[in-house]
Amino acid sequence: MKRRTLLATPIALAATRVRAAEKTKILWWHAMTAALADQVNHIANGFNASQNEVEIQAVYKGGYADTMTAVIAASRAGQAPHLVQIFEVGTGTMLAARKAVKPVWELAKETGLAIDPKAYIPAVRGYYSLSDGRMASMPFNSSTAVMWYNKDAFRKAGLDPDKAPATWQEVRKAAETIKAKNAAPVAMTTSWPVWVQMEQYSALHDLPFATKSDGFDGLDAELTFNNKGQVKHIERLLQMSKEGSFKYAGRDNAPDPLIVSGEAAISFGSSSSRGDLVKSAKFNWAEAYLPYDPDIIKTPKNSIIGGASLWTMTAPGRTQAEYKAVAEFLKYIGKPDVDATWSQKTGYVPVTFAGYELSKQQGFFTKNVGADIPVEQLARGTVTPNTKGLRLGRLPEIRNIIEEELEKALQGGQSAQQAMDVAVTRGNRVLREFAKAAKA
Amino acid sequence: MDRRTIFNGRLLPVALLLPQLLLTIFFFYWPAGQAVWSSLTTQDAFGQGWVFVGMDNFVDLFTDPLYVASIIRTVFFCLAVSVLAMGVALALAVFADRSIAGRGVYRTLLIWPYAIAPAMSAVLFLFVLNPRVGLLGRWLNDHGIAWDYALNGNQAMLMVVSASAWKQVSYNFIFFLAGLQSIPRAVTEAARMDGAKGWHRFRTITFPLLSPTTFFLLVVNVVYAAFDTFGTIYALTQGGPGQDTQTLVLKVFLDGVINQDIGSSSAQSVVLMVGVIAITAVQFRFMGRKTVS
Repeated sequence: MKRRTLLATPIALAATRVRAAEKTKILWWHAMTAALADQVNHIANGFNASQNEVEIQAVYKGGYADTMTAVIAASRAGQAPHLVQIFEVGTGTMLAARKAVKPVWELAKETGLAIDPKAYIPAVRGYYSLSDGRMASMPFNSSTAVMWYNKDAFRKAGLDPDKAPATWQEVRKAAETIKAKNAAPVAMTTSWPVWVQMEQYSALHDLPFATKSDGFDGLDAELTFNNKGQVKHIERLLQMSKEGSFKYAGRDNAPDPLIVSGEAAISFGSSSSRGDLVKSAKFNWAEAYLPYDPDIIKTPKNSIIGGASLWTMTAPGRTQAEYKAVAEFLKYIGKPDVDATWSQKTGYVPVTFAGYELSKQQGFFTKNVGADIPVEQLARGTVTPNTKGLRLGRLPEIRNIIEEELEKALQGGQSAQQAMDVAVTRGNRVLREFAKAAKA
Repeated sequence: MDRRTIFNGRLLPVALLLPQLLLTIFFFYWPAGQAVWSSLTTQDAFGQGWVFVGMDNFVDLFTDPLYVASIIRTVFFCLAVSVLAMGVALALAVFADRSIAGRGVYRTLLIWPYAIAPAMSAVLFLFVLNPRVGLLGRWLNDHGIAWDYALNGNQAMLMVVSASAWKQVSYNFIFFLAGLQSIPRAVTEAARMDGAKGWHRFRTITFPLLSPTTFFLLVVNVVYAAFDTFGTIYALTQGGPGQDTQTLVLKVFLDGVINQDIGSSSAQSVVLMVGVIAITAVQFRFMGRKTVS
């Protein structure tokens, strides 16, 4: 025994030195910039400091689309990073990536590290899970759509600034009053027109966006957003645009500056704009629930998420130790304090129940009125097949198609029904192509 | 007259040609061959599986009315950009060719825009034309002209044509100026003595003598408009509103990089490749005949 100790000491010393030098290195590609990137680095550093087996390196790879393109190219070349942040609309494509990705449930099983999906808020978890509840990617930065309004403009128009319009009828009336009283240059606009006015609208009103539970139950799903409910809403937007109470200001988040600058009185967009408003808005503003149409549904359902999740990638020669390290990290970001800090600093919603509770205990929501609306809106009611989110391949392309047809309708080239019919036809062709490629 | 260098043996000529051949093989034949191959397949984004689909991708393209519309739009766009860029450049060159004070400065300034990256020129145009923050865009809206390229397809087209043409004016200007300077003074002097005045002299003497330059520039401009305007359009409109500013090369990018539809995107680049080969062939035929005669 003694002899062994004597012999072992130098060896053990050497071994520690080796282990210190040869930590398992994990590469994480992300798409966050500015303040968000700082928080990503904060998480990476926090993880590195919390243990000494694994070292994670966070690398910015461009916007969401660029990051996805980069990881696809890297994967084809056998050089994929261990972890990559992929936007929610890329989920369908990633799920079809077969051997290129390792779903969370598989990772948990192989490494023996338990990751309990139940800890995550259903509306978030559901978006990234298979129909049977197995979680495929790790929820990370999730937002949802909310309504923003300018309280000063409401006051100027003689509207009650402390009472947000709750239904579309009320919103329309408010917008018309603002326009009539000239209380703001733009009465109403919307960021992310398709995400907010089509995808969220469908979920809130429990309307199917596509068959097969919005695509969760199979690659042969067909789009169905040309139904009465959705078309009626598009019609409303077209009318409002014609009358001047709604201003279409471009795709994606291009309209964001309108609400932040105070030009628009009402806007819809990502809950993660909160930081921008806190920092830059020189007027009184408020965050509110997305409006609904009581003619279609009495109590609106949960909204769906936006944002991104983390995917574990495979690569030739990747060791079990590396996967284990990835799993450790995924567990780390799900810790209540990590989750709560991340969401408080960024404006994204907490993705775990425990993280949400912790933020509540810390009094974050009493200090930041309205900041809990996104979580409340995501977590309300029971999730139905129409409110789990969308599981459609090449969804970014389908979004663009809807956008194009919507723009044509807004120019007066076609009716709401025609626009949605054409978008469905074109979108279905994309889905068929995707299914063909996924089975190839 | 035929000039010919005689080599003894084959080794030296092959060695001399090799660098160029290798470049062509690695940077043209290889990727082009891959594009042709991918255009005949359907494959998933991660390249884990593919099926041979023959001409399906091409049939899909040409039976898609939106693709056909995109071809027509691209032809219009190329002609509009070429005519605008060449017209403005020619006018500027004619003026800069005169003996005016400070023409060196004038010429230098006109050449500047050529050095600006496409995305930057797009940003400059946004500063001018954005309906909310742009100087001109705002002014138009304040004066009762509804300027909004996010929703008006014609205005969007006007904007991408102007922005694309603006960048090419410099290039054309240099060539036109050189062309003008190479016209023998004697010819214009003779015309002047015969009493041909300004416009008449330009139309009957100067312009015909410029025709080789003009033709060369036309080809260059069409190729520029068809392939090199991608950055400008993408930064300005992303092809919208609707598909009103979506040109063929933009569609290749959108389908290949954004939509990850490798098969269709490859098929589209093959179509474009055939187009370029055709244009180049026409240019060689025409220019070749010119030199012979």
